[in-house]
Amino acid sequence: MLTVFPLAFSALLFCLGVYGVLARRNAVLVLMSVEMMLAAVTINLVTFGALGATNGDVILTGQIFALFVLAVGAAEVGVGLAIILLLYRNRASVNIDDADLMRY
Amino acid sequence: MGLELADYWMLLLFVICGAASLLVVVSRNVVHSALYLVVTLLGVAGVFLLLGAEFLAWTQVLVYAGAVIVLILFGLMLTRAPIGPIREDTENTRLAFGVSGALFVFLMVMIISTFGNDRLELVPTLTIDMASFLYVEWAFPLLALGFLLTVALVGAVIIARQEVGEGPMPTDDDFTDREEAGPTRSGDTTAEPPALASETASAPVGVSGKAK
Repeated sequence: MLTVFPLAFSALLFCLGVYGVLARRNAVLVLMSVEMMLAAVTINLVTFGALGATNGDVILTGQIFALFVLAVGAAEVGVGLAIILLLYRNRASVNIDDADLMRY
Repeated sequence: MGLELADYWMLLLFVICGAASLLVVVSRNVVHSALYLVVTLLGVAGVFLLLGAEFLAWTQVLVYAGAVIVLILFGLMLTRAPIGPIREDTENTRLAFGVSGALFVFLMVMIISTFGNDRLELVPTLTIDMASFLYVEWAFPLLALGFLLTVALVGAVIIARQEVGEGPMPTDDDFTDREEAGPTRSGDTTAEPPALASETASAPVGVSGKAK
C-alpha cells in the first residue's frame, strides 16, 4: 500500500477535527471533534510503525502507542462529559461561548 | 504508480470516512453528528485492519464505536441536544475554515513531498506478539495507564455527582426561548431552517425551549 494514503486520511481527519473545534459551539460536538483528531493521531502512529516494519519491534511499538492513545482518549471522553454535564447543570447550556467565567 | 488491492480498499475507506467526518463537523443536528462519527470511527478501524493491526482494529470497534459513542449520545440526551434553532456556529467559521484548510494543504504538501511513492509492507501483527511485547517491555506504562483510567472514571463520577445543597436540574423556564433569544450575530447559522421550526414547536417532546 502506498504510504501516502493512510497519512492523507489522517491529515484529513485531523483538519476536519480542527475545524470542528474552532467553528462549532456545542461542547459535546467539540468533544467529538477532539475524538476525531485523536483517531487521526492513532492512524499516524500505526502507519509509521508499519513503515518501519523491517526494523524489529517498531511495528509493535507504534501499535502499543496507538493503544495507549485509545485508552487515554476514552478516559478523556468520560471526564469531558462529566464536566459538560456539570456546566449544563449550572448554566443550563452546553454552548461553549456561555462558559466564560474565567475569562480575563 | 501501480495500485494494489489494499490501495483500492484504502481509497474506498478514504472516500466514505472523509465524507462521514465532514458531515460530523457540518451537520446541523448534533445527534446526526454523533451517528456519522460512528461511521468515521469504524472507518478508522478498517484502516487499522488494512495496516495489519488486528487487535487495535477490534479494540477501536469495541471502545470507540461502542462505548464512547454510547457515552456521547448519553451526554447529548442529558444535555438536551439543541433541536431548536440554537446559534450553533461561532462567528469565526470562515477563519476556522481557513486555518484547517491551510493546515490540510500544508500537511498534504509535506506528506507527498516526503513519502511520494513509498510503499508499506503490510504484515499482519499477531496479537500474541503484541501481548508479549506489551506485557514485557511496556508493563509499567500499562500499569500507569490502568491507574489513569481508574482515577479518570472515579473523577468523572465525583465531578458529575449532584452535590448536597446544589440546585435542581434546570427546568424548562431556564432555557432560552426562541422569541427571547439574543440577536444573531453575523455569520451565525441556525440549527434548523425556520420553516421547520413551527413543526417542532408543536412536537410533544424533545424541543429545547418551551413546548407550547
